[in-house]
This record gives sequence, C-alpha cells and structure tokens, in this order.
Amino acid sequence: MTVQPAMPMSWRRETKPHKFCPGCGHGLVLKVLGQAVDELNIQDKMVFGCDIGCSLLAWDFFNVDSIQTHHGRTTPVITGMKRANPNLIGVAYMGDGGGYAIGSQHLVSAATRNEKITVILVNNTQYGMTGGQMAPTTLPGQKTETSPYGRDVSKTGNPTLGPEMVNAITGEGAYVARGTVSKVNKLKEYIKKALENQINGNGFSFVEVLSACPTNWRTNAEKTWKFLEEEMAEYFKVGEFKVPGSREEEGQSNG
Amino acid sequence: MTEKPVQEEKRVFMTGNEVCAWAAAAAQAEIMYGYPITPQNEIMHYWTRLAPKYNRDFLQTEDELSAGFTTAGGIMAGKRAFTATSGPGNILMQEPFSMAEAMRLPTVAIIQQRGGPSTATVIYSQQEVTMTSLGGNGEGLRIVYSTATHQELFDYTIKAFNTAWKYRFPTFVLADGYQAKMRESLKMYDPEAKGIKMVSTEPYVGKEGVPGVDRDPGHFRNTYNVEEELYEVLEQYIEDYDKMAPEVAEYEEIGSQDADVVVISHGVVSRAAKGAVQELQKQGYKVGYFRPITIRPLPVNEIRDIANSAKKVMVVESANGQLDRLIKEKVYGCNAEMIPFFKPGVGITTEEVESRLKELF
Repeated sequence: MTVQPAMPMSWRRETKPHKFCPGCGHGLVLKVLGQAVDELNIQDKMVFGCDIGCSLLAWDFFNVDSIQTHHGRTTPVITGMKRANPNLIGVAYMGDGGGYAIGSQHLVSAATRNEKITVILVNNTQYGMTGGQMAPTTLPGQKTETSPYGRDVSKTGNPTLGPEMVNAITGEGAYVARGTVSKVNKLKEYIKKALENQINGNGFSFVEVLSACPTNWRTNAEKTWKFLEEEMAEYFKVGEFKVPGSREEEGQSNG
Repeated sequence: MTEKPVQEEKRVFMTGNEVCAWAAAAAQAEIMYGYPITPQNEIMHYWTRLAPKYNRDFLQTEDELSAGFTTAGGIMAGKRAFTATSGPGNILMQEPFSMAEAMRLPTVAIIQQRGGPSTATVIYSQQEVTMTSLGGNGEGLRIVYSTATHQELFDYTIKAFNTAWKYRFPTFVLADGYQAKMRESLKMYDPEAKGIKMVSTEPYVGKEGVPGVDRDPGHFRNTYNVEEELYEVLEQYIEDYDKMAPEVAEYEEIGSQDADVVVISHGVVSRAAKGAVQELQKQGYKVGYFRPITIRPLPVNEIRDIANSAKKVMVVESANGQLDRLIKEKVYGCNAEMIPFFKPGVGITTEEVESRLKELF
C-alpha cells in the first residue's frame, strides 16, 4: 500500500506531485490556500483563476473549478465572473509580473472599484516561467537575465510595493496583507482572512506572498532561505495593511 | 419576473446604437461589460438606462482588455454576456477574443467600425473586417454578421447570442459608425413571440455539487504542453467550425446567377451597391448583386458559382480590399475577372457604384 502524504481535501490527488520546480514557493502557497478552502468549506463555490507564468501550472491543481487565463488578465476574468454570479468565491492567482507589470491596470482598477474578489500574488522578484528576467519586484542590485549587472534603480526605478499601493487606493471593506512562505502559519491566517472577507461581502482582498525561486535565483537551500528571509523581507515588510472592521483600532493607534 | 423590454411588435425610429441595446435586452442578455470609445458609446448609454428596469447588469471596465476578459468571465459564470467596441478598442479586444476562441466561449461583441489605422476617424469605415474575422494569434474560428440596415442590427444582434451559444464560437455583429449614429425605422419585437427560441445558457464554472466529490472539477485552460496536444484540440475545433459553416452562412442576392457583372459588397456599402444594380437592371444591363451577410464563414458555394458564371466580379468596400482578400481566397481557380473598387475609410454612394459599373460594359 502506498502511503499518501497529508494533503488538503481540496487538492486534486490525481495531479500530484505538482508541476513546480523543487524548492519553488508555489507549493506552499497552494497548500495553505487548500487548507483554507477546506476549513471554510468553499470547495463547491470557489473558482480558482490562474495567470500565465508559473502560476498557470496550477490550472488542474485543485478539485475546484479553475480557469487558466492570459498573462495579467486573471483579475478581469474573475471580476467578470463574480459580477455575473456573486454567489461564487473568486480567487485570482498570479505572479508579480502578471499583477504589477502587464496586469497592473486591472489590479489597480479592481482594487479601486472594491471588487469582491480575492487576489493572491506570489512575489519571487523575477519572471520565473520565461527564464528569470527583471520584474517590477526585482530588488536593487539584484542580478537577473535582463539586469545582468544588477538592477540599476536610476534606470529602472524601485521595486513595486504592491500591498502598500493597494492599501492606499482601497476603501473600507478591503483586506490587504503581505505574507511569506517562510511563515506558513501566518500566511494561512492571511489567506483565510482574505477569503472570509470575500465570503462576508466586504470588498477587495489582496495578499502578496514572498516566495522563492531557487531555479532562477541559482541558489542552494541555504542561500534561498537567506534571500527570502533577509533581503526580501527587509524591503517588503510582512504583515497586515488593512483589516475590515478594525477602523476604530486604527484610529486609536493613529490618535 | 420583470416584464419583457419589448412586448408588442412596434415600429420605432432610432439610432443603430440604440437598436443594439434594445436588441440585446430583447435577447435576454444579462450583463454588458464595456469601455467608452466612439462610435459605439450609445450602446452603453441605452443599456445602462434599460438595465435596472429589466434586472440586467453593467460594468464599466478600465479598458477594452478588461471589457473583453470580464465578458469571458461573465460567460463562464453562465450568463448571456456581451460587449461592444470599435477601432483601437477592437485591437485590444483581440486578446480576450483569442482566449474565447481557444476556450470555445460564446462571447458576443458588437463592432461599430471607425476609420483606421490607429486613431484615424471616429466616423466610419469597413476597415475592421480582417481584424474582426481573423484577428488574434489563431485561425479565425469566429462568426461575423455584417449588417446593412437597422432592422438587421436588431435581428442579427438577437441571432448573434443564439449562434454563439449554440456553436460556442465568438460571435460578432459588425456594423459601422454610419449605422451606429444614423436614425432609421425598424420593427422591434420579442423574439419568442416570433417563434425565435433563445438558446439556453450554461455555466462553465460553479455547477451543482462539490468538484472531485459529486462531479469532476471544471478545469478550463488555453495552454498546452506539447504540439500534438494542441493539434488534437484544434483539429476538433476546425472540424466543428467546418461542419457549422454551411448552417450559419447567410447572404442576400439579386440576379447574381445570370449576370455578366456581379457586385459583391457587405454592410452599409451594399445599400449603395444594391441601389446601383437595381437602377442598371432597369436600364437593361446584365448586372447582379451579391452580399455575404456572414463575412466569416462566407457562403462559399454561392460565391464560387458567381465567380464561375459571371465575366466580372467587382468587390466594392470602404477598405483597401479587406473583403476582397476574403473573397479571392474562396474563388481561387474560378473564371471571373476580379475588379476592385476600394475607398478605405470613406463612404460610397449609389451613383459612384453605378458609374463604375457602367465602365465595365
């Protein structure tokens, strides 16, 4: 008898092991997402949309209705679906290139309109699927295929701070957080809250996840962890930026 | 249930854009996604006035990429969804329409052609024929109705929803700025009262039951790992399309079977072509008129018959040969001499067609 490792109920066993590279962070994000789906009992209502880039490899990951879309276009597909049937729980899953570069207008506009969808954006500081080019999130000085001498911020600007931006443009009811695959319990809490926020009909929910890409970073386990935990977390602050219903609290701390 | 937008058949006098909005409402369209661009704006203007009265919905998006992709999302949720655009907006929508082709989504889009290339004019052209029929990085597995009158705008907007949902190919109503903006009389009706049954819609996602427990999950994709995997899918799509083509191809003709010279045109230009042919027929000229209503797929057999029986075929259009190229592909090996009459981005009058035709005798 084969022993199956513990998997979330909402995972599709037939498509495991998954298609991501060894050491990739996507598996961890999708694990906590699966656990959150199980705990919230939304497997029958959730529609999982995935982008182009490594995220597309998740198109058959779950026992959940799934739509693999185009690069940057998962947000409008899930928006259109949610508008047409508000009973569904729409999750748009994408990378940093999809969300912050080619699809940034969709992210900004969906956030501004307070679309009742959940966007999960996996930030690994470069374009993984296409072979490691510079992304909006590439750190200053970081070497990629299109910044071989290190990202020069005087020519390419500073890394995008996604949750900070979404926080600035969303109104009441939105949920905004940044988690990391190095702290999966916290990440699960954020993703679960982001889903609950949609279930409760409050508004736009956005979680950026700091993730690892040892393949394109060309790092071993130790250096991968160090880059994620130290360099990335130094620039991209982990935590919650906006939580619905905690306005009074915020007011008090601001006052 | 809220009352129907059109109950008794009634004669009205309105702009083409208004006709489109009423037709979509009569066709039980449930949601429109749109972005402003001239000359299609009033479709949204009228739709947003009608929608709340008849429990329909509207979303104004951030651009045409989003309008196209939200339409795709609405359709996947099982709604009779549509959009409308023109020119540069049509360019952006080629991306979502390409996905609709890949995933067999019954998108319905009303295209009000404006001048091109680029921003050009907001007025009129027939220059979006190639893009609407063959746009995207694919094989043009689409259905395109080219209307000539306001009555047809009403009829074919309704029909577009049925064709799209029956065959699951992206479907277009291709009109132009003239048709969009001018007023004309037509009869509006409730399709069901005329015996036109609306093809039922069906959700792709969010069906009954727990995926993986009660049913298989719906896993919809447009990406493939290997060439053979894609080829297998496309072979099936192309087979479906070829089987469908003779069922949906439509045309209008006057004396095209036994004429020496036949004029082929589409859309609003065919009003000029028809007028010229009818006048010359009265004067005894052996001239015929043929107009494909579906410019994709074309009524191929009828076009080939004409190109074999007539001495000359003149293609007239407000573009530099966009319809002509589609026709020529189909008449390869036929006998008739092909005569061009192209005025890209400019309207064409009956008198112009008439005098050009006379030169051919």
